[in-house]
Amino acid sequence: MSAPDRYQWRRDKDGLGVWEHRGKVAVAGVGHSPVDRRWDGVSMNQTLGAYSILACRKAMDEAGVTPDQIDGVICCDSHIAGGSGGSASQWAPRPYFDPPYDSEWGLTLVNAQWLIAQMGLRNVRFAPTGVPTISEMVGMAAQAVGDGMCSTCLVIYPTGNLEGRYRRGGENADDYARGARQWTAPWGNHGGNDFVNIFPHGQYCRKYGGRHDDLAPFVVNQHRNGLLTPWGFNATHGVPQLTVEEYVGSRYILNPLRLWDCDRPVNASAAYLFTTAERARDMRQKPVYVLNHSQHSFRKRSTQEDLEEIEGWTDRAAARMYEGAGLGPADVDVFNPYDGYAPMTQFFLEAFRWHGVGRGDAFAFYAGDIRVEGPHPLCSSGGNLGNGRTRTAMYTDCIEQLRGTAGARQVTVRAETALGAFTTPSSGGWIMFGKSPS
Amino acid sequence: MPKLIPVADALSKPFWDAVNQRRLVLQHCAACDRLQYPPQKACQVCGSDAGLTWKEVEGRGHIAAAIVIEDGRLNRRMPDQPYNLAMVTLDADERVNFYSNLPGTPAYKVPVGAAVEVTFEEVAPDQLIHEWRVVP
Repeated sequence: MSAPDRYQWRRDKDGLGVWEHRGKVAVAGVGHSPVDRRWDGVSMNQTLGAYSILACRKAMDEAGVTPDQIDGVICCDSHIAGGSGGSASQWAPRPYFDPPYDSEWGLTLVNAQWLIAQMGLRNVRFAPTGVPTISEMVGMAAQAVGDGMCSTCLVIYPTGNLEGRYRRGGENADDYARGARQWTAPWGNHGGNDFVNIFPHGQYCRKYGGRHDDLAPFVVNQHRNGLLTPWGFNATHGVPQLTVEEYVGSRYILNPLRLWDCDRPVNASAAYLFTTAERARDMRQKPVYVLNHSQHSFRKRSTQEDLEEIEGWTDRAAARMYEGAGLGPADVDVFNPYDGYAPMTQFFLEAFRWHGVGRGDAFAFYAGDIRVEGPHPLCSSGGNLGNGRTRTAMYTDCIEQLRGTAGARQVTVRAETALGAFTTPSSGGWIMFGKSPS
Repeated sequence: MPKLIPVADALSKPFWDAVNQRRLVLQHCAACDRLQYPPQKACQVCGSDAGLTWKEVEGRGHIAAAIVIEDGRLNRRMPDQPYNLAMVTLDADERVNFYSNLPGTPAYKVPVGAAVEVTFEEVAPDQLIHEWRVVP
């Protein structure tokens, strides 16, 4: 129940050519738990473990797969908002509950071994440890199925959130800056994607012209798409539609980064069922084929990555993806880049040249018609900003758009290919889906 | 409220020792003739550690970008909010950059593009950090 120690599954180099398993792997099932703001510490049917089991069962039911058919489980260690948050990052030391919740496992931590035991998955032969985040997990699953490491593989991504102020404990409460933080924290940078992107974003505004609040139409549209996503946080919690006026009037976090530029930490889990294209054709859902997966991990030159680096990195990531998929910008119908902090999406949009958007064009593009009903349905998922920090809305939307089951979010333009990601400019991965295998 | 206090390690000790002497020294790769900051075990470009030495540099730079931290997560810095956080590039090699709170420059009044020079600020007894001031 593990992977070979040195299983080389990543496609993280330039010039790898077309993916050898292009169109031979498919997604056959999707499952989402409810999306809560936090786990209340009491409700045992709302723990991260309970939600992960629920998401798996939904994905299996959707595909028509039984537990005995599952032979691969890919689950990363849980991502608790405030992972560096000291007391806010663990439920303990309060008394635990009856098994299987007699430790942190299942409450705030979920992994493949715990899920396999709780779900009685007896035939799992591929359950790697040390799994990275969802940005790479989907690529790992696609490669593992293509390589024959497993044939029916669950990918589970749990994201937790506990009571307590967000990430203000632990090392953020320390008077000392240790390790890599000695170069950032004395001046106020606690480390995070907000800081990674806000400086290049400022350089972007000066280089190409534009103001931070030119992001408003994009953020507002993300919320609109989120409200069209039945399982998302906003749609299930009566969150009112954000307006441009509310956006530009919202308080600053890292000025000019506003509150509404930041995603909302949530407690939720999602699962996807990957299998061979051949098997998928006999399952309940119309298969959505994987046309390529790619990863990247770029090192910044100095303390703070700048616009030039980020544009170079995202250009390379786009080239890797397009080359492996055998597609170009004009071939991508549905585009779901990451949006966990609003000022990073423009870097991806322009690198992938989706709908002809080049460097410096994003703000003008945002000001046009990017609604799902329109000609340029950017981020039809609503992303993290519209659904909460599940980091999975992008993938689910890609799959649903190609199936034609996106409901009120269904795009009116052609939907034969879809590109999705949870990635930062420096590290993460992309995955390209197709309605057909070729 | 004071800033967080950097804790030197084996790799960074020469840097912080120099800062405590009010000098700015950076790693320099002889093979690539490039400066490197923060310090690393090997040259980021050629991967070699053989040619890495410490080189004193002139503390002059420019402000490339800036934000104002209004709701940060570092407890020790919260009483300072709002405060500037600038990205300063080194004139000797613009690929090298530093963070700075730009002491002497009021929050929200950062002249992006302006020239700056290094200064040193005490964050604890016997511990300085490098900071940058706008050149008048």
